[in-house]
Amino acid sequence: MLLITCPYCGPRPEIEFAARGEAHVARAAPDADGEAVAASLYVRSNPRGVIAERWRHVAGCGRFFDALRHTVTDKFVATYRVGEPRPDLAAPAGAGEGTR
Amino acid sequence: MSAAFRTASGGRIDRSKQLAFTFDGVRMIGHPGDTLASALTANGVRLLARSFKYHRPRGLVAAGSEEPNALVTVIRDDGRTTPNLAATTVELYDGLVAVSQNRWPSLKWDVGALNDLFSPIFVSGFYYKTFMWPRSFWQKVYEPRIRAAAGFGEAPKAADPDRYANRFAHCDVLVIGVGPAGLAAARAAADAGARVILCDENPELGGSLLADPSAVIDGEPGAAWAASIAADLAARETVTLLTRTTAFGWYQDNMVGLLERVTDHLADPPDHLPRERLWQVRAKRVVIAAGALERPLVFPENDRPGIMLADAARTFLARHGVAAGSRAVVFTATDSAYAAAIEAKAAGVSVALVADLRREASPAAEAARAAGIRVDLATTIEATSGGLSVESVRLARVAANGSIAPGETIACDLVLHSAGFTPTVHLFSQSRGKLRFDADRGVFLPGEPHEDATSAGACNGAETLAACLAAGHAAGAAAARAATGGEVAERAYAAEGLAIEIGGHFGEVPHGRDASRVKCFVDLQHDVTAKDIRLATREGFRSIEHVKRFTTTGMATDQGKASNMNALAVAAATMGLDVPQVGLTTFRRPYTPVSFGAFAGVNRGGLFDPIRRTPSHDAAAARGAPFEDVGLWKRAWWFPRDGEDRHAAVARECRTVRETVGVFDASTLGKIEVVGPDAAEFLNRMYVNPFLKLGVGRCRYGILCRDDGFVYDDGVIGRIAEDRFHVTTTTGGAPRVLMMMEDYLQTEWPELDVWLTSTTEQWAVVAIQGPEAREVIAPLVAGVDLSTAAFPHMSVADCRILGLPGRLFRVSFTGELGYELNVPADYGAALWDALLARAEALGGCAYGTETMHVLRAEKGYIIVGQDTDGTLTPADAGLARAVGKSKPDFVGKAGMARPDLTGPHRKEIVGLLPDDPKCVLDEGAQITAEANPAKGAHALGHVTSAYWSANVGRGIALAMVEGGRSRMGTKLHVPMPTGPIAVTVVDPVFWDKEGKRLDG
Repeated sequence: MLLITCPYCGPRPEIEFAARGEAHVARAAPDADGEAVAASLYVRSNPRGVIAERWRHVAGCGRFFDALRHTVTDKFVATYRVGEPRPDLAAPAGAGEGTR
Repeated sequence: MSAAFRTASGGRIDRSKQLAFTFDGVRMIGHPGDTLASALTANGVRLLARSFKYHRPRGLVAAGSEEPNALVTVIRDDGRTTPNLAATTVELYDGLVAVSQNRWPSLKWDVGALNDLFSPIFVSGFYYKTFMWPRSFWQKVYEPRIRAAAGFGEAPKAADPDRYANRFAHCDVLVIGVGPAGLAAARAAADAGARVILCDENPELGGSLLADPSAVIDGEPGAAWAASIAADLAARETVTLLTRTTAFGWYQDNMVGLLERVTDHLADPPDHLPRERLWQVRAKRVVIAAGALERPLVFPENDRPGIMLADAARTFLARHGVAAGSRAVVFTATDSAYAAAIEAKAAGVSVALVADLRREASPAAEAARAAGIRVDLATTIEATSGGLSVESVRLARVAANGSIAPGETIACDLVLHSAGFTPTVHLFSQSRGKLRFDADRGVFLPGEPHEDATSAGACNGAETLAACLAAGHAAGAAAARAATGGEVAERAYAAEGLAIEIGGHFGEVPHGRDASRVKCFVDLQHDVTAKDIRLATREGFRSIEHVKRFTTTGMATDQGKASNMNALAVAAATMGLDVPQVGLTTFRRPYTPVSFGAFAGVNRGGLFDPIRRTPSHDAAAARGAPFEDVGLWKRAWWFPRDGEDRHAAVARECRTVRETVGVFDASTLGKIEVVGPDAAEFLNRMYVNPFLKLGVGRCRYGILCRDDGFVYDDGVIGRIAEDRFHVTTTTGGAPRVLMMMEDYLQTEWPELDVWLTSTTEQWAVVAIQGPEAREVIAPLVAGVDLSTAAFPHMSVADCRILGLPGRLFRVSFTGELGYELNVPADYGAALWDALLARAEALGGCAYGTETMHVLRAEKGYIIVGQDTDGTLTPADAGLARAVGKSKPDFVGKAGMARPDLTGPHRKEIVGLLPDDPKCVLDEGAQITAEANPAKGAHALGHVTSAYWSANVGRGIALAMVEGGRSRMGTKLHVPMPTGPIAVTVVDPVFWDKEGKRLDG
């Protein structure tokens, strides 16, 4: 069971969290055209490597946060608060496969 | 009185106490410290099982949990029978009752042994190739009979009466396996100040030290050293020492599952103890000191009782004071088996010879010769004979050019064999650590770890006691340093003991027999032979993963602990490939079988799943109401009166609500209190409806979409104050709606000053619906003018109800005059009783969810999730008027404007009237344009709700139909197995189209 570090509460077991999909996907503007809306709703990066995701510490503080997770190793690389920029990982360990 | 094969002295057993036990009804005596396996061996019992497929007689192969053959059923009482236990892991207790498995009528006379005669046709894949026709026979005839003939023990039929505990634990260092390496690691880590948990599957700590009389550490005999270190560790507060505890599974981030067998070894388990305890340990660092397992030699007819691993015989001798036979032949490819020969001879066993596959005499061979034991080099065993036990072996000499010359036949009742040792890398591999192939020794060893874990000792390739102790100390010190920063001084152990060979011989030994016929068993538990594996490669299977599935090698309960490397070697040799090219099968959890009871823990019976009951539950149950499961809720379905069936009760309730009044428990509705200066703005953005201008004391029916524009939930939202809203959701929707609201509030609009609180459990809600509703509630409500002028439809007010602080809604889910009364949940039952008494005095009744469904369908009110399926927009659902089109943004605004979400192809909710008024359609039935559509014809939609309406006097239905609203008045068809049903598309409001009844 993964140990996930909530930016507010610290490391907690995976069962306390809910995954909410890819992070940093902008919500379509109310007047966006169909293609832009579909892209924001349905197109995801699906990288082999580090992905930024939204998580919620639902059985803890209830706060949403963002996390960088490696899709091959399933290791969390970093977690950070909503609104903070995605951490710049110059050369993350074990992330040799690279992102798309 | 001593059993025939018990040695005169020695062993770690208490000879002063006797334990009586039975095996297949025969009473025997053993001692504390015995396993069932050692006690049976001491009593000369060697036939312990029949094999899985061929029903061949089988005995012990190993002395530990890797035992493939000797699976037994242990019976405590009617409710406590445990099948498929390896006799080597069953600790003896007084009164133990064990029986053999997979035999009929008895272990000695087993009818199933006929399978062995037909074994030439029972090759891999035989069943699937042979029992193909007729097709329907596989499931009903062939498979049940094959399963009955092949198999293990029987699962108990009664419910498990035992308790199972569950414990979470954290530590700095977890040490798995408590042999020399594990003890040294735990000691180093504890000395460095780390909190340590160490576990071992055996009842006694020490691992290989307990079975090696030659082991000496720092001047102390190995077993005594282990005992003193273990006692020292056990006395420390920072150390948790778990015996009889198997680390069975590695989960992510150093979460390791341990199974502690608490009472299985006790004759009379005390009531306060659980049978087993599941530990979920989260460790900062893990030291794996799992040791190594001896690998069998694969030779012809190597499965007879009396043919066992050399190390197992040493264990029986050293730990249990049991000689496994009286005249032994030792067959080896490594040095360590010579110790078994010498120790056996010293214990009084006649050792006929050591047959060594190797060509050169090692120092161990010279030592054996010096001890008076015959040693034949370059010698193999190419046949064994015997009935229910081995009686002789036939030797053969292997020439340097590989040719085989038949040799003499040696009488014996015991064959000890050893191909070498295989590191136990199961847990390391489970942790996703990469294995590396050591080509020199031919074994897989731990490579790059994935988790914060280190392998130490024999499981990492160490062969000597000194190397194991040094590696253990280093691993323990490093783990403690990494986990806590603590330091421990270097420690050098002075150690001597038997060295093992990691590696050795792999695969089938050379022999002169017909390789296409002779049985050289690789996987004893699943009866897989070397020729089966060769057949698999001939049939084209190249990957070991495919060979495994075709032959089932390594797929039994022992997961091929003793057989996998041999299977791999046979496959590689047949294909002319190197072992790494053939691959290695995946190591899977659990390492040894874990009972379902341990996994379930206390989560069984009433604790399996939470049950949510409404305040009226007991009152409804007292009236004989059946309950409907809605999520976790139990909701009263209908309230039958004398002799009424479901149909009659629902029809009566439906009429009563419309004619007088009905009382309904609506407490299950989800409720969310939305509070804050920006509460109205927040709801205005979340829901498709406009909320900014909703007046205090007024309600609005709200529709919640996702950003894709599809309807997600609905409910009435009341404005309690400028900055306070009472939001209701569907019964099942409350958690996900709150989750969605929190999501948008925290991540899209963090600038909004709003708080969200789930109040579902705070309010009990009773709905009063019908023309007499006001009359029912009037005497019970204070502080609000109930007249329609003062408190019209869609009003809300905080008031006193039964003298309690309450919240009154004037809302209707029936189309009648209606109220929903909210009181603090603890008073829900009192409110229900009071309202029902008033209603019944006026000729009303209680009604359940079925009646609620019919009444709302008569009005065309949809239920999200029944009449919608996550692909309908508000417009599709006929609710376009609710959408606040002038709002700058709301969740789903852009999504529902996508070109594909509008137009004539959309499915829309409409009403259906069957031409036959008595017909009630089936919910889910497809709708077509033609009465008898061609196979594969396009369906226009489906029936979402269908009921008998007592008020309308006919069957009615709601449906999703392509371009539905443009088809009003047209005929469509519902094809059913009994013939098509003609229906007419109509407006979905079947009752009071003008809505006059809302005001009573």
